[in-house]
Amino acid sequence: MAYQRPEFKEQYENYIGGEWVAPIDGQYFDNTSPIDESFIARIPQSTSKDVDLAIAKAWEAFATWGKSSPAERSMLMFRIADRLEENIELLAAVETCDNGKGIRESLGADLVLVIDQFRYFGGCIRTEAGSVTNVDAETVTMEVHEPLGVVGQIIPWNFPLLMAAWKIAPALVTGNCVVIKPAEQTPVSLLIMMELIADLLPPGVLNVINGFGVECGKPLASHPDIKKVAFTGETSTGRLIMQYAAENIIPATTELGGKSPNIFFESVMDEDDEFLDKAIEGLVFFALNQGQVCTCPSRALIQESIYDKFMAKCLARIEAITMGDPYELSTMMGAQASNDQYQKILSYIDIGKQEGAELLCGGEVYDNELYPNGYYIKPTVFKGHNKMRIFQEEIFGPVLAVTTFKDEEEALEIANDTQFGLGSGLWSRDMHQVHNVSRGIQAGRVWVNCYHVYPAGASFGGYKNSGIGRENHAMMLNGYRHTKNILTSYNKNKLGFF
Amino acid sequence: MTVERVSVTEAAAEVIDRLRNEHGELMFHLSGGCCDGSSPMCYPKGEFRLGGRDLYLGDIHGCGLFMHADQFEYYKNCHTLVDVVKGRGASFSLEIPLGLRFMIRSRIFTDEEMSDLRPVTAADSIG
Repeated sequence: MAYQRPEFKEQYENYIGGEWVAPIDGQYFDNTSPIDESFIARIPQSTSKDVDLAIAKAWEAFATWGKSSPAERSMLMFRIADRLEENIELLAAVETCDNGKGIRESLGADLVLVIDQFRYFGGCIRTEAGSVTNVDAETVTMEVHEPLGVVGQIIPWNFPLLMAAWKIAPALVTGNCVVIKPAEQTPVSLLIMMELIADLLPPGVLNVINGFGVECGKPLASHPDIKKVAFTGETSTGRLIMQYAAENIIPATTELGGKSPNIFFESVMDEDDEFLDKAIEGLVFFALNQGQVCTCPSRALIQESIYDKFMAKCLARIEAITMGDPYELSTMMGAQASNDQYQKILSYIDIGKQEGAELLCGGEVYDNELYPNGYYIKPTVFKGHNKMRIFQEEIFGPVLAVTTFKDEEEALEIANDTQFGLGSGLWSRDMHQVHNVSRGIQAGRVWVNCYHVYPAGASFGGYKNSGIGRENHAMMLNGYRHTKNILTSYNKNKLGFF
Repeated sequence: MTVERVSVTEAAAEVIDRLRNEHGELMFHLSGGCCDGSSPMCYPKGEFRLGGRDLYLGDIHGCGLFMHADQFEYYKNCHTLVDVVKGRGASFSLEIPLGLRFMIRSRIFTDEEMSDLRPVTAADSIG
């Protein structure tokens, strides 16, 4: 079944204070689709003036929203979820057009998780209770949560709506007002989502501004009137975000990527059964979303005793990956999100060849007859060793680096020999091994006998250079709140010091 | 003659000139991690606070190029050429509003070059 490229307006505006507002300087940039380089729409090229306006409007809204009841905020989450669910096919097609990913992923993964994220946080806020402690018979201490105020959020282009949902839902449900900037490569899906939910939102509670990083993202991240900044992206910008946060003494959460190991122990080959089939798919998950996932399992570590047989099965599965029309449900891989991303991936394929890694498949562009101007790269597998750059740097493309290990000890040594620690996977039929290895991996997420599943309620965040903070879990509620301690004495007598 | 670790294409040098006219002195920091990572970021000089573990690799067209020591571990055998392509990265790099994106092209040094490479220095030793 094929979906259609959606219809877009010629031009979109910023969404500020409950209204569609043109950028103050009147500048726009052209947003294009990586599927075929076609024009999508003109998008505001905002500046610090627009950021100032959005933050001011958000503070106006905070006076009311900050005092709203958890029931009201929860209901907003459920209403947003329902509205998005009613429009899931439209939003999925928009996401595919803007980002390049296959419609089966935007429909079956991105949007399903977006909708669930709002429902999850809508539920969380109703079920939690504060804490009260009797310090002694006449003294009570209460921990009370209060929203931070106006928060700034900058989201990436690989899962535009999902990463927006991960940040918007916990911030709004805790009583904050949000100014969010989508990535300049993929701005349009969030704007269309705002069109769909605008009537549900109190004006000014959720504001969307568009533009380039240095002109719009930096003024947002460094603004003296935001009380927190949340960012997903790469390490240099992550450091800048934290630098600006330090200057304003506000918290920052950063998710900065990874080079995730996916470890296959020899027991996966003990039987030729459905679990072996699942493990093979687990390796091939490097190609999900064209490899543009922070937790892409981009390093496969395979026990040497099974390498030849296991890899042969995996390569056969990789060769069966279908490319072609991203709007077609049977297409497994779509376009890379932008030309510079496409060029960077090709440069890393070149580095892999220069470093002497053995090319097992792919290693070149995919010539898409339907869309000759799009950015398509064949799923690529190199065999090499962990000191190579293709094993150490995030390529953010469909490029897998494979190596072998002798035993558990060596598997852990290789898995942890990286500057990052975001995702990881391990595959084994041995429960003792599963426990030891999952505790030994230095990463915020260990998938055991599965990969690339992101249910709300399973925390997500990094060790090491992969960033600070956890999303997709109720613990993020406190990432958007102050804790106030109210300590009350019911004793009328003085302490006796003075 | 000492072999430089970094260099720049003519096209990228022209973009640096344009940006320097607008923003003054510039610096480059090589980013890691997801999305627009593994790419050079161009900032006004001093905008990005260099730390004790950032290294100075050399100058490109009058701008210092820096990299974190963890990342340099995998660049020590590679020549880094800064180029520019049409594109739209998401980051605070200065060229993005021009519809351009700096990127790196790498080449493994020969054994002969390896014996005479410019030594890297701590970023905080550079003025």
